[in-house]
Amino acid sequence: MFNRVKQPNSGIAYLDNNATTALDERVLAAMLPYLRGQHGNPSSSHQLGRQARAAIDQARQQVAGLVAAHSSQVVFTSGGTEANNLALKGVAQRLPPGLIACSAVEHSSVLAPLAALQNDGWRLAKLTVDSDGYLVDEVLQQVVSRKPALLAVMAANNETGIVYDTQPVARSAREVGAIVLVDAVQAAGKYPLNFTASGAHLMSLSAHKIHGPQGIGALVVDKAVDMMPLLHGGGHERGRRAGTENVAAIVGFGKAAELAADELEARRRHTGILRAHLESRLTAELPKAVIFGQRAERLPNTCFFAVPGLDGETLLMALDQLGIAVSSGSACTTGDVAPSPVLMAMGIEADLARAAVRVSLSKDTTRDDVDRFVDSLKAQVLALQRFGSLACA
Amino acid sequence: MSTNTQRPIYMDYAATTPMDPRVAEKMVQFLTPDGEFGNPASRSHPFGWHAEAAVEAARKQIADLINANPKEIVFTSGATESDNLAIKGVAHFYGKKGKHIVTSKTEHKAVLDSCRQLEREGFEVTYLDPEPNGLIDLVTLEAALREDTILVSIMHVNNELGVIQDIAAIGELTRPRGILFHVDAAQSAGKTGIDLSTMKVDLMSFSGHKIYGPKGIGALFVRRKPRVRLEAQMHGGGHERGMRSGTLATHQIVGMGEAFGLAKAEMEKDRAHITRLRDRLYNGVKDLEEVYVNGDMAHGVPNVLNISFNFVEGESLIMSLKDLAVSSGSACTSASLEPSYVLRALGRNDELAHSSIRFSIGRFTTEAEIDHAITHVRKAIAKLRELSPLWDMYKDGVDLSQVKWAAH
Amino acid sequence: MSYSDKVLDHYENPRNVGTMEKDDPSVGTGMVGAPACGDVMRLQIKVSDDGVIEDARFKTYGCGSAIASSSLLTEWVKGKSLEEAGQIKNTDIAEELALPPVKIHCSVLAEDAIKAAIEDYQSKEKQS
Repeated sequence: MFNRVKQPNSGIAYLDNNATTALDERVLAAMLPYLRGQHGNPSSSHQLGRQARAAIDQARQQVAGLVAAHSSQVVFTSGGTEANNLALKGVAQRLPPGLIACSAVEHSSVLAPLAALQNDGWRLAKLTVDSDGYLVDEVLQQVVSRKPALLAVMAANNETGIVYDTQPVARSAREVGAIVLVDAVQAAGKYPLNFTASGAHLMSLSAHKIHGPQGIGALVVDKAVDMMPLLHGGGHERGRRAGTENVAAIVGFGKAAELAADELEARRRHTGILRAHLESRLTAELPKAVIFGQRAERLPNTCFFAVPGLDGETLLMALDQLGIAVSSGSACTTGDVAPSPVLMAMGIEADLARAAVRVSLSKDTTRDDVDRFVDSLKAQVLALQRFGSLACA
Repeated sequence: MSTNTQRPIYMDYAATTPMDPRVAEKMVQFLTPDGEFGNPASRSHPFGWHAEAAVEAARKQIADLINANPKEIVFTSGATESDNLAIKGVAHFYGKKGKHIVTSKTEHKAVLDSCRQLEREGFEVTYLDPEPNGLIDLVTLEAALREDTILVSIMHVNNELGVIQDIAAIGELTRPRGILFHVDAAQSAGKTGIDLSTMKVDLMSFSGHKIYGPKGIGALFVRRKPRVRLEAQMHGGGHERGMRSGTLATHQIVGMGEAFGLAKAEMEKDRAHITRLRDRLYNGVKDLEEVYVNGDMAHGVPNVLNISFNFVEGESLIMSLKDLAVSSGSACTSASLEPSYVLRALGRNDELAHSSIRFSIGRFTTEAEIDHAITHVRKAIAKLRELSPLWDMYKDGVDLSQVKWAAH
Repeated sequence: MSYSDKVLDHYENPRNVGTMEKDDPSVGTGMVGAPACGDVMRLQIKVSDDGVIEDARFKTYGCGSAIASSSLLTEWVKGKSLEEAGQIKNTDIAEELALPPVKIHCSVLAEDAIKAAIEDYQSKEKQS
């Protein structure tokens, strides 16, 4: 269906697209002129500077287009982490410390700045989730009634792929005067997003999750939001984010966003078909396998599951030897062997959570990649059973 | 990007440098599908491992240029973030020890605006006036240090003037007092020697795109011995030893590393080339009347030549030099009508501040470009002075400082 | 910042650059602005006995928009009566040259310059 790109590091089945995606060749082509020769500083008033400025303006429109925002609402950052930090700390620093609410399954780039804000006197209320992964409505209503100043909820979870209906959450939070951040890093390009209709004041995005370059992201900001910049100096990005703009990466982000918008339905269909294939094989051939969040609406590219008794990390290493790249959850908790906090929040037992494997597909994934994964997984399970280390599978 | 119009001669290297083609090619290897990609934090598959090895190699290239340990290098999104992290990070961590910071009026906006933010948070900041040549007087600096001073932030090379501050000597003042010393070295790395094994600098900011590397990437040197602590400004997955979270852009880090590697190998060659061209440029215009060098050529990097052409307004001069990409003052403020705050801090009068042009040249500047620039400048100065009522008055012997202007 | 074609044209080929004898009773001189602000405009008009501006000259220290504003002004005032010239508004100049908001002050300066030149001429007339 797509212009098939040669699989990177040929022979490897790359099924870790929620960690990062391969750069689309069309994106690279858009970036190359800005890596080779088109080098102006967008703040310079001479011709080269103005050309760089124009390129950024176009990218801003493309990124805005992906989430139905206005280009003037887009603030480029160095990535999703910075976007979330800017949103939370930027807003909090303008307010007297009060209550902040977030879901219990947020990404570390939301949880960590909130932990830092707690040192400044802010209180944190977590919106718990049920075993399906959904927000518990009574908890949400109870927390909202305490009038939080800020509320953060993700559009889709990076590990389970569960999609959160942020609109009603945002609506009730707005009613009590809260500023709402929607972390859309994982949802963008995989799920239709509309900033204006979402009710969010702030929405964070990242390029490298949508086949764009690493090191660039954006925060979409409702103009009414009063916020402090995280980076001071020079007044770039309408004073919201200082620093010379990363022109090549911004251009790449713009192109990636445009392609993601144009191909959204095609990509959803493609990954959805492959995931259905993956999950029907898992269910049929490894009947003990548990697929997390299966009853919830999920991003069509994500399958987070566990085979009970299997150690996730060991399995990953073994699969890796076979040229299959998957993950045990969030790549960002580096070197951390604690079970996934997302699964813990859903009330999954720690042992099962430790067995979790995340498969995340992309537009470039083939049926063969998926079959190789399932075949290898089965072989591993059999081998481990033979060595007796897998008692109950 | 093919353009029909002839490209201007680029003399704005201090705003941003063209990327060295060798850097670009190295980066492209990490961007193309048959090259390398991966999230360096992914520990479970070789995509992540290769990316991590490349990041560590780049970290070493950067450390090698400045004689530091790779473990002391924290990657950031650029020098602005490095400056913010250093200044606010130190202030927030050591704020209980003291609330006084010393910096200078000619620092980059990233330093000044970070300090202004800290003032809003209750810190006290002393902004030192430089000498007329742009250098900070060490006696003045020492006198500004107090019991409660926790940080001194002085840039190594000024972006508008090119003057080199004696950071080794400043370190000798701060270290015995237990005061941390931050240096913005965005404009100096690769242009003048930096030896952090002897210089008593505790934190140093670097940029990729001022040293023929990519935009959107920078680094902060954070000394391990004696250990410097920081409060992170970007919180998340705990990348960069907890000092700076966020997925690292492998291709950009690789590009920055390559740029630093090349700078180490070619610094002497670059210096000789650029000094020769700077002298040629200066010799080509110095005989014009009423020409003043801003800064101090004897104590500066050759990359920057900042000149005021009296009685000619800088913006119109830039306009008539449309074949030259030069800047009047810092690129970050060029959209405003204010004359450069750096020149004002030197005590330059407003006319001279308004009349300044920064020529900044580099590795790829040629002799032919310099000669072309000289011709253009001479022509433009002649034309604009012919148009200038101030020039008329000067020629008639009017003392402009005595004129009562109808300010508007 | 990009300039309009009209600004560029006046900047590249400024009209009526020059100086008139400022002590000539038929010449009015207006000098406005200050070097500290980055622009100084000197506009001179030569007025006929029946109160019509016969000629105009300018010199300007300032940005391209300031130079273009004064150049355009010299074209506009020639042949106008003092009264007509005094009614030129900065908005007319800004509109004609398509000045961006940050350059509007250049057109204000030009309006000030013609007013100052007329005033200078009229004060000379009274004295004589």
